[in-house]
Amino acid sequence: MKCRVCRGPAIIDLPRHNANFCVEHFEQLCLRQVTKAVDDFEMIEKSDRVLVAVSGGKDSLALWDLLCELGYSADGLYVGLGIGEYSERSAVFAQNFAAKRGLTLHTVSLRSEYDFDVPTAAKATGRVPCSACGMSKRHVFDQFTVDNGYDVLATGHNLDDEVAVLFGNTLRWDIDYLSRQLPVLPSRQGFPKKVKPLARLSEREMAAWCVVRGIDYIVEECPLAAGNRHLMYKEVMNLIEERSPGTKASFYLGFLENMSPVLQKRHEEGVETISPCSRCGAPTGSETSDVCAFCRLQDRASSIDPVPVELLFKKARRS
Amino acid sequence: MRVLLRNPNREVFVEGRRTVRALLGELNLSREGHLVIRNGELVPGDADLSDTDTIEVRPVISGGAR
Repeated sequence: MKCRVCRGPAIIDLPRHNANFCVEHFEQLCLRQVTKAVDDFEMIEKSDRVLVAVSGGKDSLALWDLLCELGYSADGLYVGLGIGEYSERSAVFAQNFAAKRGLTLHTVSLRSEYDFDVPTAAKATGRVPCSACGMSKRHVFDQFTVDNGYDVLATGHNLDDEVAVLFGNTLRWDIDYLSRQLPVLPSRQGFPKKVKPLARLSEREMAAWCVVRGIDYIVEECPLAAGNRHLMYKEVMNLIEERSPGTKASFYLGFLENMSPVLQKRHEEGVETISPCSRCGAPTGSETSDVCAFCRLQDRASSIDPVPVELLFKKARRS
Repeated sequence: MRVLLRNPNREVFVEGRRTVRALLGELNLSREGHLVIRNGELVPGDADLSDTDTIEVRPVISGGAR
C-alpha cells in the first residue's frame, strides 16, 4: 500500500477515507482533523489555558500531545480512582508522558482527597463501578478547572466514544441526553467550558497516533469496565463500519449537522434549575436535594470500609 | 511467527507467510478494532508478515461509561 499523498510506503489504511497514509501524512491528517474540530466548534482560543483530563490511556495522552503540537498551552490532571494495580500503572504512564515532555501534570486522589475510591463507591451504592467512576471524574475535573482558573477542560472522547453514546441514546430515544450531546459545552453557572477535540478522529486513529509518536500508554482495559454496554455498542458499530466504511463518521457528524440544532432549540425551551451544592458549592441540578450527587456519593462511600478491587472481580465471576 | 495478543497478554505462534488482513481474519479479530505492529512498526492491511517477524496485535477499543 502506498501513501495517498506522497506514494511512499503506507503505515496505515483508513477505509473510511478510502486511503492509506505514511507516518508524515497520517500525522498531518490527525492534526487537520483536530484543527477542524477546534475551529468549527470554537473550542479553544490560542490564549486559553487548557486543562486536559488525563487517564494514562491512548486518547488522553494523544490529545495532550496533539494540543501541544498545535501550540496550545495545556496542563494535565490525573485522577487516582483507586482501581488497584490498574490505577497505579495508569498513573505511571501519565507521569512519564509529562516528565518526558516537561509538561505540568496535576494529580488528585479520590481516596486521599475525598476518603473513598471507585470500588468502594460501587459496593456502597450497589451500582456498576462505571457509574461512580464517571460521576467522580466529572466532579473532580470540573471543580479543578474552575478552582484553578483554567479557561477550558479538554477530554479525550473520540469519534467512537461519541458514536457509542449517540447509538445508546438513540436506542432509548433519550431526548434530554441527545440534546446535550455536543463536542463543546460552554461554561455556565459554575460549570467550566468543556471540549472534545478528538471528536472527528477514531479510536484506531488515536491508537495509531500513539504508536507513531512513541507514546507509551496503558493498553489494558480497565478491569471494571469489561462487558459494559458502552463497549458492546462500540463492537456493534465496528461490525457495521467494516461492512460499510464511513458509517460511524456520517452517523455522528450527520447528527451534529442535522439533528442537534433541532434538539438544541427544544433544550433551550426547557427550564433547568442549577444552584450551588450546599456542601461543596459545585453546581447541581438536583430537584430532590440541595446537596450534589457527588457529595451524596461521597457520604455513602466514605461511611464503609475500603473495598479492594479484587472483591468486585470475585462478585463478577459469581454472577 | 510470534504473535503477542493483549487483554489478557498472551502469545500464539503462527506458521507461514501471510498478510496482516489474513492474520486478523484467522484470529477472528476485527480490523476496525485492532492495529498490527510488526517488529515495532505499524503496518497496513496488505503488509506481509513472515516467520521471523515479531507481531503485536493491539486492541484499540477502550472505555467505561463516559
